[in-house]
Amino acid sequence: MTSERVKRGVPEGLWMRCPQCRATVFRKEVINRWHVCPECDYHFAMPARDRIAQLLDEATFEEWDAELRPCDPLGFVDRIPYHQRLTEEQQKTGMWDAAITGKGFIRGRPVVLGITDFAFMAGSMGSVVGEKLARAAERATQLRLPLIFVSGSGGGARMQEGILSLMQMAKVSAAIARHDAAGGFYLSILTHPTMGGVAASWALQGDITLAEPGAMIGFAGRRTIANTVRLELPDNFQTSEFLLQHGFIDRIVHRKDLRTEVARIIDYCTTA
Amino acid sequence: MPAALPEPLPFEQDIHELEERLAQLEATAAGPDGVEAIRRMKRELLALKRERYAQLKPWDTVLIARHRQRPQFLDYVEMIFDEFVELHGDRAFGDDRAIRTGFARLDGQKVMLIGHQKGKTLAERQQCYYGCAHPEGYRKALNKMKLAAKFRLPIICLIDTPGAFPGIGAEERGQAQWIATSILEMTRLPTPIVCVIIGEGGSGGALGIGVGDRVAMMQYAYYSVISPEGCAGILWRVANEETKARAAEALKLTAQDLLQLQVIDHIIPEPLGGAHRDPREAANALKATLKRYLRELLPLPSTLLLQQRYEKFRRMGVFLDGPAATTGLTPATANGNG
Ligand SMILES: [Zn+2]
Repeated sequence: MTSERVKRGVPEGLWMRCPQCRATVFRKEVINRWHVCPECDYHFAMPARDRIAQLLDEATFEEWDAELRPCDPLGFVDRIPYHQRLTEEQQKTGMWDAAITGKGFIRGRPVVLGITDFAFMAGSMGSVVGEKLARAAERATQLRLPLIFVSGSGGGARMQEGILSLMQMAKVSAAIARHDAAGGFYLSILTHPTMGGVAASWALQGDITLAEPGAMIGFAGRRTIANTVRLELPDNFQTSEFLLQHGFIDRIVHRKDLRTEVARIIDYCTTA
Repeated sequence: MPAALPEPLPFEQDIHELEERLAQLEATAAGPDGVEAIRRMKRELLALKRERYAQLKPWDTVLIARHRQRPQFLDYVEMIFDEFVELHGDRAFGDDRAIRTGFARLDGQKVMLIGHQKGKTLAERQQCYYGCAHPEGYRKALNKMKLAAKFRLPIICLIDTPGAFPGIGAEERGQAQWIATSILEMTRLPTPIVCVIIGEGGSGGALGIGVGDRVAMMQYAYYSVISPEGCAGILWRVANEETKARAAEALKLTAQDLLQLQVIDHIIPEPLGGAHRDPREAANALKATLKRYLRELLPLPSTLLLQQRYEKFRRMGVFLDGPAATTGLTPATANGNG
């Protein structure tokens, strides 16, 4: 089962519409191509489980901290109470929260992998995401393994956890700093979208920063910027290509090449 | 001429009127009857203020934190520190006027002082982007903090920003990148860091200079993951007086809330009604806290300091662990703060 959202009036089913080239494409074909549009190479958001299958050697993933679950420390209510929203998201995605972490192998190389899944509340970081990523970084340090985080997060912080969400940025950063100080390697992979507090913390703290093509990456949202500066925004504004051009990304890598590319880079960044 | 009264906030109209009447009375009243009338009115005013400020809504607090006459970074520099040797260079792009950095002396103790400046006059506000920093501001701050660590000067960060600037240039020059880098480095800079939110603690723009061994808030400051306006816009699609107030309530952004959530260490008391009503008194309270924190932190060896800083942030967050309960979530038993 996939968690692709219904896009612009095309019912969830056999066919789906690509938001980039507007072509109606066969869903199964998209999924078989690791959620990439066969017509224009648009990279759809990818469920964490599929990402694991795409990056790691088959059946090597050992999940960590699967029992960490969110709660509602603020008693936050918007249109619906946060705890109810959580339940709905959990039922929709089959995940407790937006992050999955664990250990696995990439072409025979052991790695620690953390993924945020856009399908769960737009991949926003609450306490569980922060805790899982921090624990993953700590264990990567202990095990002397490369650390890989795949980020995909719409707004960055999770409003419903208020200031505690913001503090996850510092918490994960602290663990990454320790991993770095211990000589550990951290590879950050940015996927569509990586914005706000996620971009302004672990997503851009890698020894190496890779991005998938066409991902939206940045600090402030387009609308906020447009309302503030009242200027036309450049066409490729806040895309992977824009960040590469401005020096914030090392390489843009097509999803089909990601596994090979990551394995190749890891070999340069291990002292063993 | 009596001193000018502070500009009233929406919930202060009756206080303001009474203050005006008192000022008038003080200017005209004479004799023992006049003295008695003034005394009575002062008592009445104090009672009214105490009652009002004891039941402020979170949104009211946001308005105080943003009050145009609220003391800013440079006001506190003037009132608290013996000198300020401003350092301007970020070594790459330019001098961001929304973040000021430099050497300062706190009763003889040498420190590195970092802070947001919002500006008072229109010209100054525009120059400072109303306290919204660009990447070069965070880079400058980090550059000076590293310098401080080299000579083990303690770092004091006074935070007062609606948020990091949302603009084209800011994104081109790596707003997210430089906040990310600053946060990471602050978690491990081997010198004491004290952070105080003196007004607005706007999200990543605040946290970008907000990682420290001690984090305190002024009583009427706020600190939030998103502005009440932004939150209201997302959740209720429109930011009006009602939804902004609801968002401010929901976000738990007051100093009292943050103390309860164990995100800050201390609330620095302000004069009744806010620091702008008596900046000197607010400055004295801030100074006392800064001095106390430096006294506590300066003797600590760096390894212990960094260990404690790590644990401080490592503990933050609330979640459930262990096997899932049979039926859904049980937030009542939740506590990741352990
Ligand atoms: Zn397409």
